[in-house]
Amino acid sequence: MSEKKIRILIAKPGLDGHDRGAKVIARALRDDGMEVIYTGLRQTPDMIAEAALQEDVDAVGLSILSGAHNALVPQIIEKLRGNGQNNVYVFLGGIIPEADIPHLLEAGVTKVYGPGTNTQTVCRDIREAIAPE
Amino acid sequence: MPTALVEKALQGDKLSITHLLTAVESETPKGIQALDLIYPHTGKAHKIGITGAPGSGKSTLVAALVKELRTLPNKPKIAVIAVDPTSPFSGGALLGDRVRMLHIQHDPDVFIRSMATRGALGGLSDRTEAFTQVFDAAGYDYVLIETVGAGQSEVDVVNLAHTVIVVDTPDMGDDIQAIKAGILEIADVLVVNKADRPGVDGTVRNLQNMVNAGHGKDLNVHHHRFLTEKNQEKLEHLVEEDYWFPPVLKTVATENTGIALLAEKIIEHGKFLKDHGLWELKKELAMHEIVSRNLRLALYRRWIEDADKTKLQAILNDLLEKRISPNQAVQALMAL
Repeated sequence: MSEKKIRILIAKPGLDGHDRGAKVIARALRDDGMEVIYTGLRQTPDMIAEAALQEDVDAVGLSILSGAHNALVPQIIEKLRGNGQNNVYVFLGGIIPEADIPHLLEAGVTKVYGPGTNTQTVCRDIREAIAPE
Repeated sequence: MPTALVEKALQGDKLSITHLLTAVESETPKGIQALDLIYPHTGKAHKIGITGAPGSGKSTLVAALVKELRTLPNKPKIAVIAVDPTSPFSGGALLGDRVRMLHIQHDPDVFIRSMATRGALGGLSDRTEAFTQVFDAAGYDYVLIETVGAGQSEVDVVNLAHTVIVVDTPDMGDDIQAIKAGILEIADVLVVNKADRPGVDGTVRNLQNMVNAGHGKDLNVHHHRFLTEKNQEKLEHLVEEDYWFPPVLKTVATENTGIALLAEKIIEHGKFLKDHGLWELKKELAMHEIVSRNLRLALYRRWIEDADKTKLQAILNDLLEKRISPNQAVQALMAL
């Protein structure tokens, strides 16, 4: 039997065009042995949820630098759940004010990472959260 | 048995299809049993392979082609399997083909699935063929298989696609490159993408010369041992009219130029295969590949389980200490 690999969608919702952070994380997860599906810039919540469904990912990583996280993130999670993907682990990176974090966690985000986060921390959190079947 | 999951997938339920693909890819017992249930429902889809060098524009071309095929009167459902390489060091992969396909991912009748090679070397994953079966059974009319960026010998796609498109770009090499064996030979349609760049006419000419020189020779090189008698006969008695003449087309995928003609040629090729009894023959050749590969694996697995471990060690020692050659080792192992 071949091994079940952790599959992760890395997406950039909304309109900001800065994807270096997303690419750094994608690369780090790849180097940690995961399969990373990168979807590129300017994704709508619908596009992200549809891609997550088709790719049957275990986790969705969102990178937002525009300040639109409070509007976009809950929508994305709602659509993921609406498609029946109830157990997808959602994490968020970018410029997220402290005050917004409780609301985002409540909406279903598991972790929020700010600038300067060690990529190994992100990898470890994902591996701990997604137990092999 | 995963009967409920398979039934829902056969009805086109996306969540079931996506879970099924994961089970098939991970080769879980559920995934293996599901393939047994699915097989009787396969055989309708037109499988199209798209291969070519990294950066030749395969993903962009696939996206443009999907959009074009969706405008056909019967509004076909389309699946895309996009294969990218697995890192030989970490075992991870970055699957980035979706980036070029953003404008088709709103379409509810298009299903794109990225796939890592997981160590396979022929340009596909070992499970790609199984994925095509899932999509075929789930009612997708066309299944497009995009290989990894291919070099010269990643030709596995020829064993599972009805129609193979090889994507080239201007100035990828001289006429010597065009007469080498390998990837160019497997094309049913040759596409020179990025045709707005200099050198396009020379590339088209080289490819056309190659096609002209090779015409009528392609199918003869196959030596298959367990074809049905009907298709064995067919393969031995192919006539001039049974040889498809691969067209050389120019496209600029980013601007949708040449895509309508490409779609037309693909459909024409599918019809040609059916009219000449070759659709069935290709299916049989594909089945031959799958069965013989799986049989090889299964025989090996059974053999290694049954083999006398002490004798095995002795033979290995003889081999490593150069008392016997690798060939002699094989003879000794077969006698175990």
